[in-house]
Amino acid sequence: MTDQPTTESRSIFVNIGERTNVTGSARFRKLIADGDYETALEVARQQVESGAQILDVNMDEGLLDSEAAMTTYLNLIASEPDISRVPIMVDSSKWSVIEAGLKCLQGKGIVNSISLKEGEDPFLEQARLVRRYGAAVVVMAFDEDGQAETATRKFEICKRAYDLLVTKVGFPPEDIIFDPNIFAVATGIEEHNNYAVDFFEGTKLIKENLPHALVSGGVSNVSFSFRGNNAVREAMHACFLYHAINNGMDMGIVNAGALPVYQDIPETLRERIEDVLLNRRDDATDRLLEIADEYRGSGGAAKVIDDKWREQPVEKRLEHALVHGIGDYVEADVEEARQKADRPIHVIEGPLMDGMNVVGDLFGAGKMFLPQVVKSARVMKKAVAVLLPFIEAEKDDSQGAKGKILMATVKGDVHDIGKNIVGVVLQCNNYEVIDLGVMVPAARILEVAVEEKVDAIGLSGLITPSLDEMVYVAAEMQREGMTLPLLIGGATTSKMHTAVKIDPAYANGPVVHVVDASRAVGVVQELLSRERREAFAEGIRADYRRMAEGRRKGRVDRARISIADARANKAPIDWSDYTPPKPAFEGVKTFEDYPLADLVERIDWQPFFATWELRGRFPDILDDPKVGEAARPLWNDAQEMLKRIVDEGWAKPRAVIGFWPAQADGDDIRLKTEAGDTVVHTLRQQMPRGESAENRKANLALSDYISPEGGDWLGGFAVTSGPEIDRKAKEFEEAGDMYNSILVKALADRLAEAFAEHMHERVRREFWGYAADETLTNEQLIAEAYRGIRPAPGYPACPDHTEKGTLFELLDAPSAAGVELTESFAMLPAASVSGWYFSHPEARYFGLGRIERDQVEDYARRKGMSVEEVERWLAPSLAYDPEEEAAKREAA
Amino acid sequence: MTAAATTDAARELYRLADQRVVILDGAMGTMIQGLSLTEEDFRGDRFTDLNHDLKGDNDILNLSQPEKIEAIHLEYFEAGADIAQTNTFNATSISQADYGLSHLAREINVEGARIARRAADMVREEEGRPTFVAGALGPTNRTASISPDVTDPGARNTSFDELREAYLEATLGLIEGGADIILVETIFDTLNAKAALFAVDEAFDQAGVRLPIMISGTITDRSGRTLSGQTPEAFWNSVRHANPFSVGFNCALGAKDLRPHIAELSRVADVRVSAYPNAGLPNEFGGYDEKPEQTADHLGGWAEDGLVNVVGGCCGTTPAHIAAIARQVKAAAPRVVPQLSLRMRLSGLEPFDLRSAF
Repeated sequence: MTDQPTTESRSIFVNIGERTNVTGSARFRKLIADGDYETALEVARQQVESGAQILDVNMDEGLLDSEAAMTTYLNLIASEPDISRVPIMVDSSKWSVIEAGLKCLQGKGIVNSISLKEGEDPFLEQARLVRRYGAAVVVMAFDEDGQAETATRKFEICKRAYDLLVTKVGFPPEDIIFDPNIFAVATGIEEHNNYAVDFFEGTKLIKENLPHALVSGGVSNVSFSFRGNNAVREAMHACFLYHAINNGMDMGIVNAGALPVYQDIPETLRERIEDVLLNRRDDATDRLLEIADEYRGSGGAAKVIDDKWREQPVEKRLEHALVHGIGDYVEADVEEARQKADRPIHVIEGPLMDGMNVVGDLFGAGKMFLPQVVKSARVMKKAVAVLLPFIEAEKDDSQGAKGKILMATVKGDVHDIGKNIVGVVLQCNNYEVIDLGVMVPAARILEVAVEEKVDAIGLSGLITPSLDEMVYVAAEMQREGMTLPLLIGGATTSKMHTAVKIDPAYANGPVVHVVDASRAVGVVQELLSRERREAFAEGIRADYRRMAEGRRKGRVDRARISIADARANKAPIDWSDYTPPKPAFEGVKTFEDYPLADLVERIDWQPFFATWELRGRFPDILDDPKVGEAARPLWNDAQEMLKRIVDEGWAKPRAVIGFWPAQADGDDIRLKTEAGDTVVHTLRQQMPRGESAENRKANLALSDYISPEGGDWLGGFAVTSGPEIDRKAKEFEEAGDMYNSILVKALADRLAEAFAEHMHERVRREFWGYAADETLTNEQLIAEAYRGIRPAPGYPACPDHTEKGTLFELLDAPSAAGVELTESFAMLPAASVSGWYFSHPEARYFGLGRIERDQVEDYARRKGMSVEEVERWLAPSLAYDPEEEAAKREAA
Repeated sequence: MTAAATTDAARELYRLADQRVVILDGAMGTMIQGLSLTEEDFRGDRFTDLNHDLKGDNDILNLSQPEKIEAIHLEYFEAGADIAQTNTFNATSISQADYGLSHLAREINVEGARIARRAADMVREEEGRPTFVAGALGPTNRTASISPDVTDPGARNTSFDELREAYLEATLGLIEGGADIILVETIFDTLNAKAALFAVDEAFDQAGVRLPIMISGTITDRSGRTLSGQTPEAFWNSVRHANPFSVGFNCALGAKDLRPHIAELSRVADVRVSAYPNAGLPNEFGGYDEKPEQTADHLGGWAEDGLVNVVGGCCGTTPAHIAAIARQVKAAAPRVVPQLSLRMRLSGLEPFDLRSAF
């Protein structure tokens, strides 16, 4: 133990993830109650990713079948190696739920908890079973007379339990964890004033007298009186832990990410909190209440204190401006710094870089979040712009960037928000970034890389065909004998694809998949370091080889059924007494300059925050203890920007929709149009569906939702925020304001999505009219609680992007709505959405999964394409490796 | 749940293990295969009327051809084995369901232990040296923590309770037949093993004895993890509560590829370490080509380097392999079991080790 332990001394103090607990998290409770285990798994994953060393799982909720929920959830966790690598704490007040949990753990977990509450016999029996199941155990300081409040009683109960466990059960003392009860303080009730002190003293007695036993507790209880004031609660938790750890506490159920560092808590607040925790004065509670409101959220009195930074020396002021993204004073401050410096360049190399290093460190440590970093970059750019004329005048080019990175969105793809964010983050860290923009052909990437002598190349892409293009760029780099590091990023890219496809194509140099912007700097630093590059690249490559090898092995098990069998198991829809609804018109209808105000209210904000790497449900995310601080200002900026977009008419949304008479023909849909007959090709799921007839799922294709008897209709749409808003983004970019450029683009994306949602609603109510009296809230709309679907070519139900060509021809989308397709079938402008409309009440979204070669051959024949071409477009959806298959056929 | 040395045989086993590296026997399946038995042989006199094939149900031979199994045990003892593993790898009601013989599970285990007991007692009498019978509990053909259905990761084809009941029945049979040791082996999925260890503990309570337990996991490939994804240390943390006589690895890999994982286990396990690898990796016909001397060279090296306390052979090994191994490790001192500090050691797929603040 050091003299000044902080909550950061994590190698000693163990964080137990607390979010997978239905009693502690309303969100998790709702996910489990709704049966949304997939999202519930994400909660666990996030906990582990953000540093939980043990995962507490609790399903104690009156309306749940807690045993079943525990079993289902733990079995699912067992299938996720990223989550199940850590031990599980099975948390329940019901013994049957604890046993259900223990029966799912191959690892050694912890039971939370047992106690002497019901006397010695059940306690001993449960302890023997815990031992037999092979788990550690949490024992509450609770006996026949109730929960222990004073230090002496806490210790007495724990000692009694310890002796029983060690002597009567043979329980290993190192596997015993005591929870001596953390109770709320500052409740206004005098008897509660000593609760924290009792915990500290009780902990000390346990640690000193019960060898090898450990102490844990649920920390958030202590601050219960300050519900709604997270700033004060977190400060209380940090102070509590400081003292508890000093007295020997080993582990705690705590949201570690939200804790301030003990030393950073403002002196006044810390003193008054400690007065309460240590019960140092009678008026401690009143005195803490007096000042608590000053710290509530980010507003109020906190702002007043904030202005003090203006009194500091100029170097500190610049650092503060950079860290907090404040651009108001930067010109004057930079000018002042320039006059103090020998040369203007020294301002950049000195205070500005120092400030950006602080930003980089905080970001790397998870203490700053992306929107804040992008704002810092904006301030930095502004500062550099002030200095540039003076530097030019000196004609000095010793700027000394740490390295030069070429970035590009590959040919055929137009999405660049992610790439721009990575570019900004790299620039913040003093790398020079050469950004070639979007739709950049391989040849140009290679040419510029050589000309500019760059140190690494970063490729980005969002749509699936871009994956192939990246493999091509990698192969070209190999052919040209390059050895530069190649970074891969973007929404469709994955570590697996990089390992299996891209890495083998570029044997000369390192290839690294960068999962998000926050990892980019670390990866680039390693790859550009002369000493570490080789070891780092070798480690990555070995990892990729293992993954590729594992995948090759894994394929054997991935059985598919034949396309004939899959077709025999299509969606069981009875068409005999079904009359398909008839749309209000046949052919297409266009909409120009659509009123923006109608779209704003339809915006789904969650993906907007995800663009900025802020994860969480809207609107909870604004008050989230961890990312709320970053999310709230971003939200305010977005509202302001949205207002300007609407008021000043920056976007001119356009749309085209259409309906055509349709009849299903196997997996195809035949349409009648004015210009003649058109065929829409769909793909069918080929995963095995099991034997039992009653609950067997169908092998779906979209054509299942169109009547094979004719008289049915298929709809289509393309909507866009319009090219005007792109130009606005470019203006910001040219003015050096990357933050607002990214913000405008992200909002344009959201508006296009909102437009698609809004138009679909109008289609259901007016243009197709089968749900004329539908009334749904925005939340219900986002949850897709309506009849009919609008799947988009290139997405899970119909992953073939080339079908977008058919859709666009039917709609005449380029002239009707101004949306073009690139050679990879990406839409331009990027903020556009297109898809089909299906009206059948049983139509639902599904994922195609992987398909076998028999369907690919059949599909190629139907589409009049070669098998190879289909394989290329559908590469991510294939259940086999086309190259391996080809080699096998050749050998045979 | 105190130290298990409560029977005479157990005390003898612990004493022997203090003196030298203990020798386990080799493959039973390989030897049975060598007999080229026919369907009629498998049926023997008892199962002539059964309307489905028994060929391949090696464990049923305990009932239909007991003298042939006893002969194999004798060959291994003569080659120098100290411990015979009973012919009960698939003798749980779960695995026997494949042959419609679940109802015979207990009897197969009782007889399996009796046959090995007879062989062991004969050698003990003739040669005057201690011999032991390890009652084998195999992994079953099901997995409690892995889904059999790729589209439904939460699905399971068995449960902890089903496994526990099957293992309880088998263990009671092995104890009744006279086993000295209970061997939980070829563990692909640690949750299956935890169900087995739970049942073994129950069986000891019911039978009123405590036998030494040997635990042997399987590293399925060079990734260095069990099929269910655990690292060697995580695996050890998961089963350590059974307070076994030994822990180790067997099967799947040859000695060459198994070595790093045994070395890892040897570093973290504060009990004896066992190893019985295959005779190399299978060739394209599924056979094993490693010569007795080759296997023995590897294991001899491990013993010299102080990595192991118990060695033997798995798939593809023969009495010739065991004889070579016994010669090779004869001179080596057994691994010294390390004393580890008392700390909470947990695991998921990876180990978790709590270093207490005080």
